[in-house]
Amino acid sequence: MSVLSHVGAPVGGPKDTVREPVAGQRRRRLLPYLLLLPGALWLALFFAVPAVQLAATSLYDPAGSLDLGYAMTWAFGNYPDALAAYWPQFARSFAYAGIATVLAVLLGYPLAYAIAQKAGRWKNLMLVCVVAPMFTSFLLRTLAWKTILSDNGWLVGLLRDLHLLAPDGRLLATPAAVVLGLTYNFLPFMVLPLYANLERLDYRLLEAASDLYASPVRVFRRVTLPLSMPGLVAGTLLFFIPASGDYINAELLGTPNEYMIGNVIDSAFLVRLDYPQAAALSFLFMAVILAIVFVYVRRAGTDEVV
Amino acid sequence: MRFGRWIAERWVLALALLVLGYLFLPIAVVAALSFNRPSNRLSYDFNEFTLDNWRNPCGPGDMCSSLLLSVQIGLLATLVATLLGTLMAFAMVRHRFRGRAATNLLIFLPMATPEVVMGSSLLALFVAAGMPLGFWTVVIAHVMFCVSFVVVTVKARLAGLDARLEEAAMDLYASEWQTFRRVTFPLVFPGILAAALLSFSLSFDDFIITNFNAGSSTVTFPMYVWGAAQRGIPPQVNVIGTAMFVIALLLVLGGSVRRRRGVAA
Repeated sequence: MSVLSHVGAPVGGPKDTVREPVAGQRRRRLLPYLLLLPGALWLALFFAVPAVQLAATSLYDPAGSLDLGYAMTWAFGNYPDALAAYWPQFARSFAYAGIATVLAVLLGYPLAYAIAQKAGRWKNLMLVCVVAPMFTSFLLRTLAWKTILSDNGWLVGLLRDLHLLAPDGRLLATPAAVVLGLTYNFLPFMVLPLYANLERLDYRLLEAASDLYASPVRVFRRVTLPLSMPGLVAGTLLFFIPASGDYINAELLGTPNEYMIGNVIDSAFLVRLDYPQAAALSFLFMAVILAIVFVYVRRAGTDEVV
Repeated sequence: MRFGRWIAERWVLALALLVLGYLFLPIAVVAALSFNRPSNRLSYDFNEFTLDNWRNPCGPGDMCSSLLLSVQIGLLATLVATLLGTLMAFAMVRHRFRGRAATNLLIFLPMATPEVVMGSSLLALFVAAGMPLGFWTVVIAHVMFCVSFVVVTVKARLAGLDARLEEAAMDLYASEWQTFRRVTFPLVFPGILAAALLSFSLSFDDFIITNFNAGSSTVTFPMYVWGAAQRGIPPQVNVIGTAMFVIALLLVLGGSVRRRRGVAA
């Protein structure tokens, strides 16, 4: 390409509208596809095709087994059967993840706001502190919560002394422990998009609002919060999706009474080896999550998420 | 009014510091337990101070081999995912083409799909295709979920790039390849590096997808910890956890200090 090729290029994208010889033009048209091909192929082969395979597996004859093989009988009955057997775990997943999301907003919003608007020269350090806990293995952090919440740990002792917990009350192996674990483990996914949004917040707008005699609460409700909505939407999605699908917190901090849909899918695939039912549960779960994502994205756009 | 705002500012900051404390609490516990001599195998409580775990981190049989396996898988998956993802990011930012929306969706969906669904659907595929589970199925799975994050990270860097720098290079008679090698690539490189680090940490820490696709003989570090959690955790696991935290923190802080120096110079 020479200098001349830039001259007279019509307005538009800086590169693809440049005039070139025919061979170069064809190469340029093919180039994006060549760049995309390996990655797109990988995603198609190992993300899209498996999703189709999952749907197919969910319709196999439930009478089959892994050793004898499965027959495709379009057994749509697998879905109502699976749902009838495991609706409590389904409901629990969304309930726990929902409560944890609310808690994560309550904890994450002030943190993101403080880093973005109040931290001054400590901004980068605080940001590193949000990500740093993730450098230690997810499982080890959850096991550490097991230590913190254990019956003879200091936290339970303190709460019992303060009569906030009955003398024989427990924290470990309760729904509260699982929700706390979920809130903890995925909190950075809430904070980071919120921070990215609040960092761009124009402080002068807040000053203008308070100059016009709005109280701090009113400034927050009428200016800050609406402006930070895209960040809140992105954070909620990035938090809710992994939290609802997680089964490590329920396994390590809860009991079978706290099991979520992930626990059921995991054991159906890996322990009970009931592939059609496991696939039906998994596919149903994906469908619900994707429905939530699309409703959200439609309202807020994908700009903040992708 | 002014006093009220002063209080409000400190109040938010104080709350933020409390939340950071909450984030660091388990890390402190992991670090403390790395110096612990547990009273019995299934105990998670602090018993007695010792340096033995740090002196002999590879004490428990299979732990260090699982660590090595995780590093191997992480490096391999990172290499492939970073290459594929970077190429895709260039195509998405620098080119107009048909099928752009579909490609965007293909990149977005893996990030919006719960791990348990991706893990189980890959397992369904591998079983249906008769592919034996093990090292390679884990690498394939890790590359798959890392690619999208690489694309997003590199895309952000590329989109923020000043296109006039490249135009200036070409105006100064640099060929397209020279422009890419001497201008574009060095400018995008920090984004690629960040994407690679992100990939490695995602792969290294992944449990759920790995658990579905590893079979029984490929035991990564998170799978080792999971297995050990049922039998009793050796305290050395906490040594690895603490060391990983310190190393990663030094890398990040070192990087940001160097960046600041670079800006000052």
